[in-house]
Amino acid sequence: MKKALKLICGFSIFAFLLASCGGDSSKNNTLEATKKQGFVKCGVSQGLPGFSNADEAGKWSGIDVDVCRAVAAAVLGDASKVKYTPLSAKERFTALQAGDIDVLSRNTTWTLERDAGIGLTFVGVNFYDGQGFMVRKNSGITSVNGLNNTKVCTNTGTTTELNMRDFFKSKGFSYEPVVFEKADEVVAAYDSGRCDTYTTDKSGLAAQRTKMKNPDEHVVLPETISKEPLGPVVREGDSAWEDVVRWSLNVMIEAEEYGVTSKNIDSMMSTENPAIQRIIGAEGSKTGEGLGLDNKWSYRIIKQVGNYGEIYEKHVGANTPIALPRKGSANASWRNGGALYAPPVR
Amino acid sequence: MMKNLNLLWFKEKFFSTPLNAFLTISIIYLGFITIPPLANWIFFDATFIGSKKSDCVSGGACWVFVNVWFERFIYGLYPAEEIWRINLAFGILAASILVYNFANQKIRKYILIFLFGVFPFISLFLFHGGALGLPVVDTREWGGLFLTLVISVFAIIFCFPLGIILAMGRRSTLPVFKYFSIGFIEFWRGVPLITVLFMAGVMFPLFLPAGSNLDKLIRVIIAITLFEAAYMAEVVRGGLQAITRGQYDAAKSLGMGYWKSHFFIILPQALKIVIPGITNTFIALFKDTPLVFVVGLLEILGMINLAKTNPNWLGLATEGYVFAAFVYWAFCFWMSRYSLKLENRLKTSN
Repeated sequence: MKKALKLICGFSIFAFLLASCGGDSSKNNTLEATKKQGFVKCGVSQGLPGFSNADEAGKWSGIDVDVCRAVAAAVLGDASKVKYTPLSAKERFTALQAGDIDVLSRNTTWTLERDAGIGLTFVGVNFYDGQGFMVRKNSGITSVNGLNNTKVCTNTGTTTELNMRDFFKSKGFSYEPVVFEKADEVVAAYDSGRCDTYTTDKSGLAAQRTKMKNPDEHVVLPETISKEPLGPVVREGDSAWEDVVRWSLNVMIEAEEYGVTSKNIDSMMSTENPAIQRIIGAEGSKTGEGLGLDNKWSYRIIKQVGNYGEIYEKHVGANTPIALPRKGSANASWRNGGALYAPPVR
Repeated sequence: MMKNLNLLWFKEKFFSTPLNAFLTISIIYLGFITIPPLANWIFFDATFIGSKKSDCVSGGACWVFVNVWFERFIYGLYPAEEIWRINLAFGILAASILVYNFANQKIRKYILIFLFGVFPFISLFLFHGGALGLPVVDTREWGGLFLTLVISVFAIIFCFPLGIILAMGRRSTLPVFKYFSIGFIEFWRGVPLITVLFMAGVMFPLFLPAGSNLDKLIRVIIAITLFEAAYMAEVVRGGLQAITRGQYDAAKSLGMGYWKSHFFIILPQALKIVIPGITNTFIALFKDTPLVFVVGLLEILGMINLAKTNPNWLGLATEGYVFAAFVYWAFCFWMSRYSLKLENRLKTSN
């Protein structure tokens, strides 16, 4: 009995000791707290190809991860000063509200309900996802307009299924749905030829494609039939921190627009173009003042993390196993007909 | 002569009736069509050596995946330069168990005190760090088999005494103690573990005042401990009920009070009876740990999930799950064997 009591007492003392070590930050001044603790607390997924994933050395990478790295480069001067917390979809918002993390960058769709309803603020969009279709290359289908009279494989009971129904109804196409419970089953059915096309979110399609027997025989159609804008999230009511995260993302998008990359940024130091001068934090620009950072914050982001185009190509671009085409999608820059547009860094 | 006898034995055991003959042949046939392809996939066609997915071209299992990710599956995302701390802690554990097996009764007592009283704190200090020059490794970086073991070992250590207290409480004549125990047991047995973990991981932080936060891993270990303690209590109660009235009376007649009689007479006998039940609960607890995935903790199965979604390693889920199954089986089998050994050693009748 005594021993048992001792154990329980010991455990609870230990629990409170540990509790005092971790997780405590002043919620209303995240920027100062982050500077003081020396790392950015970033919430990521439990593994999503191209977005947030660890490699065999335990290093995190992906489009979502690079948002956190950019914030760390801006605030702390070193993109590697990030502590990642893998989160399940259910706990991600509570983890942010409870202060376990300060930036949630976990393929989270920006919707009214989430933005307005639960004490969170979306700071921007780092990837425009949406539902798409995959077909076999030899089928001759090159656009969604060729999908009349097809068999369509998809997951059951998700918005994917509803979107699919709406799409075919609005086009007046006839189709035959073939639905399964699990993604792996859908892939197997499509791969074995039971359907002509397979539909889910495009980033998912691209990742599933690599599981096919011959990934090169399949292609994702360019059109997108639903809107899933994914972006980083912060707590509501901390505008200083919100601004830092928002502009860390914006400056990467803006840098691409002006052709500033991690490789050429040093040679751009002598540029006469005032817009580029501001982006790279050349002499005389005062972009850091309002953010509570020094004026080299944007230089460090682009130098250490890269511009948006570099990040995209590195994690989901044509040379990765995911190979999501950027041209013609909403993720292309607005100058190329996409939706990617950042307010000016000025 | 000998050969004939063997044949006779064979015939009697496997072909005694037409039905038995049919079953024997069917089972042999079933083995014939399943085992060779399985063996081919696991061993003969498999690729063992390599460093990337494209090295696997033979068509069998791609063990390169497990090979390359092995360190992550075992240690999770624990920083590579600090892994020696985990190894040291488990080394101390293994050494003490080894010494325990060869030591005499007197030294054994000290080893037990060390294992249950001192070692948990040493190991937690090693894992977490924060003093004596050891950098802090947050629990968010713990993972893999290491995390599976941390969760299950601590839950086992704490749920066992708690379960005994609850079992005694349920049989107590003091109404407060009795009804509290009944309420506790019935509540925790009545809710699914996944809900408990969800509450501990997701809802609990919302009830705490801002700024104070209990580490997620601690919350999860407490949740699993309370949950399993309820099951443990019922197992132990079964043992207590099996002890005859005479034992209680005998203890009383020797002048022993409630605690003394329970600790020296009743419990040692009761626990011995329910060793299989206790082992069952421990094995169930160990196998329940992958559920912590719902609160974002990456134990071994979570790490395999993470690995199989890495863009460079997509499509290797089967290999990962086979590896996980093997690890779980190895640990559960060891627990079952150990309990059997314990049962035999403690056998006093006849």
